Amino acid sequence: MLEARNLSAGYPGRAVLAGVSLAAQPGRVLALLGPNGCGKSTLLRTMAGLLPPLGGEVLLDGRRDYSPRQAAQRVAYLPQSRTAPNITVRRLVLHGRFPYLSYPRRYGREDYEAVDRALAAADALDLADRPLPELSGGQRQKAYLAMALAQETEAILMDEPTTFLDIRHQLEVLALVRRLAEEGRGVVLALHDLCLALTAADDVAVLGEGRLLALGGPEAVYQSKVLERVMGVRLDRSEGPGGRRYFCQLPEEG
Amino acid sequence: MKDLRISSTRTKYAIPALGALAVLSALLSLCLGAVPLGPGEVFSALAGRESGAAAQIVLYARLPRTCGCLLAGAALAAAGTIIQGVLGNPLAAPNVIGVNAGAGLCTALCAALWPARTAALPFAAFLGALGGVGLVLAIGTRTGASRMTLVLAGVAVSGMFSAGIDAVLTFFPDALNGYTDFRVGGVANLAMGRVAPAFWVALTALFLALSLAGEMDVLLLGEETARSLGLPARRLRLVLLALAAALAGSAVSFAGLLGFVGLIAPHMVRRLVGEDSSARLLWASALGGAALLTVCDILARTLFAPYELPVGVVLSLLGGPFFLWLLLRQRRGRRRGHA
Repeated sequence: MLEARNLSAGYPGRAVLAGVSLAAQPGRVLALLGPNGCGKSTLLRTMAGLLPPLGGEVLLDGRRDYSPRQAAQRVAYLPQSRTAPNITVRRLVLHGRFPYLSYPRRYGREDYEAVDRALAAADALDLADRPLPELSGGQRQKAYLAMALAQETEAILMDEPTTFLDIRHQLEVLALVRRLAEEGRGVVLALHDLCLALTAADDVAVLGEGRLLALGGPEAVYQSKVLERVMGVRLDRSEGPGGRRYFCQLPEEG
Repeated sequence: MKDLRISSTRTKYAIPALGALAVLSALLSLCLGAVPLGPGEVFSALAGRESGAAAQIVLYARLPRTCGCLLAGAALAAAGTIIQGVLGNPLAAPNVIGVNAGAGLCTALCAALWPARTAALPFAAFLGALGGVGLVLAIGTRTGASRMTLVLAGVAVSGMFSAGIDAVLTFFPDALNGYTDFRVGGVANLAMGRVAPAFWVALTALFLALSLAGEMDVLLLGEETARSLGLPARRLRLVLLALAAALAGSAVSFAGLLGFVGLIAPHMVRRLVGEDSSARLLWASALGGAALLTVCDILARTLFAPYELPVGVVLSLLGGPFFLWLLLRQRRGRRRGHA
């Protein structure tokens, strides 16, 4: 599956991250955490092949010689900023099948079936014939998620999929992420909400100071106090009927 | 197949309807003029069964003129559709971003320096159009490429190219003798010999663009998304803009600096066929643009008969207010937060 090995990411002359090694694991959700500007998006974009690595490599099944098209059949990427072209949701989702098209660019029966599956999985069937610009933020998010699902990739990268969503939609997105992992896909997502990430992810990668500071299960990372240091908050934890929950607050002075 | 679910009845019949409109306007254009002719006379002249004055008028005056209108309208409208889509800018059009002016300058230069080489004109125009779009694009990316910046850069580039055209015409007053009204655009006194080379250039570019329509659909999702779907977005954008330059250039090479078809027609057909499919949009705008320009030309020569206006004047009368309306709508859109 998708793996970053000793990866340096950033823009020419301005490295944001160096020496990062992590991988999407089948059946697991990996959350990237860290303060603003720590390079979560840059790392995802580099792993998605949108930015050339400054050093190290991005490997697919241990190989680095794959075309953008081959990568698009294996790895889906959901960017944070999305345009809303004036097309229907179904049409948008259909474009998720683009990596599988050969010339002459005609979508076939399989593609339409994959679209229906993806719409159902993303709970967006009722939106299928609505034009994108008419939708609310949460609905648009579902539409784009469905497009990524229609790509039918083993790995899915998501950049802040819960931003700008109300809490109900955030939880729905994370529930979908969980279902995707249960289907055996590897999900990597950048999140800014620590508490949500620690409860929803199987693994947590903490980015900061230009490198990967910690990688492990939520509890191990919580114990290590790295997150508290790099985010400048105090983290607490409680066991409740719904399972383990994490809380952030400002650290006490002194 | 299932795809048809997406298109409503309106979009399904829109393209045949636009085609019918283009044919109808072409017929009218052959019939109407200083000497009104019946459809029967026109047909027998076209079939070569007559050789009288009526046949002369049809074959040597109205037929080239009508073909020119259809071709220039289709080419400019298709170019406008591509440019608006690829730049993601509803205000963009071949005449707005300096493509037409660039094509005009090179046409004038070519006509001045090699007066006998009529067939080379569309290629010269293509180079000029390419220069125009390249210049505006370079300025746009330097300054952040907001919609307004691109339009302003286009105004500046158009201004420079126009000055160039004036300079060429000062030194070679006879360069554009074959053209009536090169500066505003006109199709009076066209000869088939000038339309034909442009026709092949435009046809090739249009079919190449249509063959890339699936890619164009994906490109319109935004560069990030397009690239994550495996599309070489930057290369495709350049190829499509070059095709738009070829289309606009071919029109300018025989009709002069026709404005606004490339702006109006895409917006009009978008309302008819939606934006789900670039292929459908390209077909519709080519047919709609052909009809629009032909109708404008009919108006131009009948409204004030026996005086004829250049078709470019009619177009600017229609297009100016339309452009202003678009601008105002843009402003409102931005205030609501989604420009």
